[in-house]
Amino acid sequence: MIRLMLSLLLAALCFPATAALQVFATVPEWGALLREIGGDKVNVFVATTALQDPHRIEARPSLLAQARRAQLVVATGADLEAGWLPLVVRDSGNAGIQRGQPGYFEAAGYVTLLDVPATLDRTQGDVHAAGNPHLQLDPRNLFRIGEALATRLGELDPPNAAAYRSGYQAFAGKWQAAIARWEKEAAPLRGVPMLVHHASFVYLAHWLGLKQTGTLEPKPGVEPSSGHLSGLLARQQSAPAKMVLRTAYQSDGPSQWIAGKAGIPAVMLPFTVGGTPEAGDLFGLFDDTIRRLLKGLN
Amino acid sequence: MLHKPLAVAALLAASCGAQAASDADLAAIRSQIDEMKKSYEQRIAALEKKLAQAELDAQAKPAAQAEARPATPDKQAPAPAVAVAPASASAFNPEVSLILQGQYAQMKNVPDRTITGFWPAGGHDDHGKGVSTRGFSLNHTELIFSAGIDPYWRGQAILAVQDEAVEVEEAWFQSLAIGRGVGLKGGRYRSGIGYLNEQHPHQWDFANAPLMYDALFGQEASYREDGLQLKWLAPTPVFVEFGAEVGRGANFPGTDSNKNGAGAWAAYVHVGDDLGVANNWRTGLSYLKTSSGDREADFVDINGLQAQGLFNGDTATWIADFVWKWAPDGNPKYRNFKFQSEYFVRKDKGELTCMDEGGVGNTCATPATGDYDTRQSGWYAQGVYQFTPEWRAGLRYDQLDSGRQNLGANAASLVVQDYKPKRATAMVDYSWSEFSRVRLQYAQDKSMAGFTDNQWIVQYIMSLGAHGAHKF
Repeated sequence: MIRLMLSLLLAALCFPATAALQVFATVPEWGALLREIGGDKVNVFVATTALQDPHRIEARPSLLAQARRAQLVVATGADLEAGWLPLVVRDSGNAGIQRGQPGYFEAAGYVTLLDVPATLDRTQGDVHAAGNPHLQLDPRNLFRIGEALATRLGELDPPNAAAYRSGYQAFAGKWQAAIARWEKEAAPLRGVPMLVHHASFVYLAHWLGLKQTGTLEPKPGVEPSSGHLSGLLARQQSAPAKMVLRTAYQSDGPSQWIAGKAGIPAVMLPFTVGGTPEAGDLFGLFDDTIRRLLKGLN
Repeated sequence: MLHKPLAVAALLAASCGAQAASDADLAAIRSQIDEMKKSYEQRIAALEKKLAQAELDAQAKPAAQAEARPATPDKQAPAPAVAVAPASASAFNPEVSLILQGQYAQMKNVPDRTITGFWPAGGHDDHGKGVSTRGFSLNHTELIFSAGIDPYWRGQAILAVQDEAVEVEEAWFQSLAIGRGVGLKGGRYRSGIGYLNEQHPHQWDFANAPLMYDALFGQEASYREDGLQLKWLAPTPVFVEFGAEVGRGANFPGTDSNKNGAGAWAAYVHVGDDLGVANNWRTGLSYLKTSSGDREADFVDINGLQAQGLFNGDTATWIADFVWKWAPDGNPKYRNFKFQSEYFVRKDKGELTCMDEGGVGNTCATPATGDYDTRQSGWYAQGVYQFTPEWRAGLRYDQLDSGRQNLGANAASLVVQDYKPKRATAMVDYSWSEFSRVRLQYAQDKSMAGFTDNQWIVQYIMSLGAHGAHKF
């Protein structure tokens, strides 16, 4: 036992100190943004994948170990990670990444949140008090988040501050051109009525002018019930939706059911980087999202 | 725009019917279509203008709202310093949550419910409380407060509200700013030994604790300590955590002693990691040392008469724990499986004094003191499978071994039973959301020698208020 402890201790002490800034990203989109801005100056650990419901992540031991070594935590905020991140940050024994420290960054602080509930009551489901946290799907939000993140990276790693700034500028240039392209490509989607599984695409809809006509979940976080789905189907008569959207991590059953009954396509969108093989980075995420939406329209 | 081609198509389709349409007719139709096109385009342009105006208006709105969305990076205002309206003092109130928990239980009426072959944690005046409450009853109603105190500390209190009593379950502060992987906790807390020890009843996967926790720590099924806890998380990619605690040691298997210094200490190490994206595990080894002064229990003498025993000495408890969780793609929402198992060995070493407190004329009428030395063990293993977002089912098996019970000189006057208490439990539970759950549990309980108790429990657990994060 003592020998094991000693060897673990030695392993811990001899662990090679890497030069790159250690960053802990809660969700894949921030990992991808960090790679765009920081390149090889940052060493990014991404806590979750696109196939995992970001509301239901466990504070597993490996996350504590990674948070312990991180110099910066990049989270979405707006309570998206409320079920696990506060615990991981507190129990990490890492003073630099506590809330309010420079090593703790929340993207939600830099954008205007949509769907801020007027009243807070859990009878309305698992509502997020600060607003809808799925803010990565409006690509315009990434300018402000990216700029703030580049500044933060520069504060934590001053020798590379210029590199982060130019990394961001290079990204922003490409991003602006890409947004113009996407907006043009997505023009036929404006005003198209859609059903969604969960309110995951509020920002996407806001950006592209999609019309969300209903959610398969009766209340946020409550599983679709057959009664609620039948109600939605009945509404198809008067206000027909053109397709039904879900994320890569949501079960396909409810959207397939309603799609089959209503004769509309069920479209799975990557939701974040890694949600589909094509969504390998932030550019791929939106390329693939729009491609899939347009395909659903035809 | 979508409807335009449709309208055109409809018109064309309609015109197809008019086979004998003259050139003049065609021209008329063409001009009609042109008119429609123009009118649609005008309406769309007007709508777009309206939309642009609305967006401008929205942007011009209160400064409390950060500027809507910069269309281009160069037009951006400097990032808002997280504009939040100045809140009232109540915004600093701690996070509050309340746990409502209650049950209906159907089981045998056993006034003195103990675990045969094991020292009863409640002494000899606490038998039968809680554990064998039958019918409808309320479990603890837990009130939880927590908040950051300042940049250096965070605090939490958990009060268990019962009839005519408020018990301080936990009340501690925790360091936030020491760094280097060091965490310090002080106050009253659930010790970090084992796996289940830190979990409160509302986090359990069954309506009651494993038999081994009852045997080790009594009805609370957790070792709580008034003291200090120091943890160190190693800077390794694999989770390796060392913990050490010193404290008052007032709770079973120790006893309270009003003295300087520490009455108990504990040390543990936990190791954990992921195995691919779908599996995570944690395992650990813990040691707890407590000491007792006049720890009381009822015994039976060789003539079957009641006698009382007082233990003075030290107790060493070892616990090994293992937890494994699986979820497809690491997404536990729809399906997941959790396996957990713990094993303990406990050794009492000291002296036992046999007495006749009730004056029943037992063999200890003249108190006799002799060596007391035990080595007892036990384990449980359980698996819980969540097969839809709402439904879970689980099985648990408990087994203890009364082991070695060496009574020294008192062996001639007192009887101890060699027994292997066993219990098998099955449960199924339904959760409407993360905040409400109802559970049905059946157990075949052979923890007392001589009979089998078939126990049915229907339990509800509801949590109100702040969304507390749960440990792994």
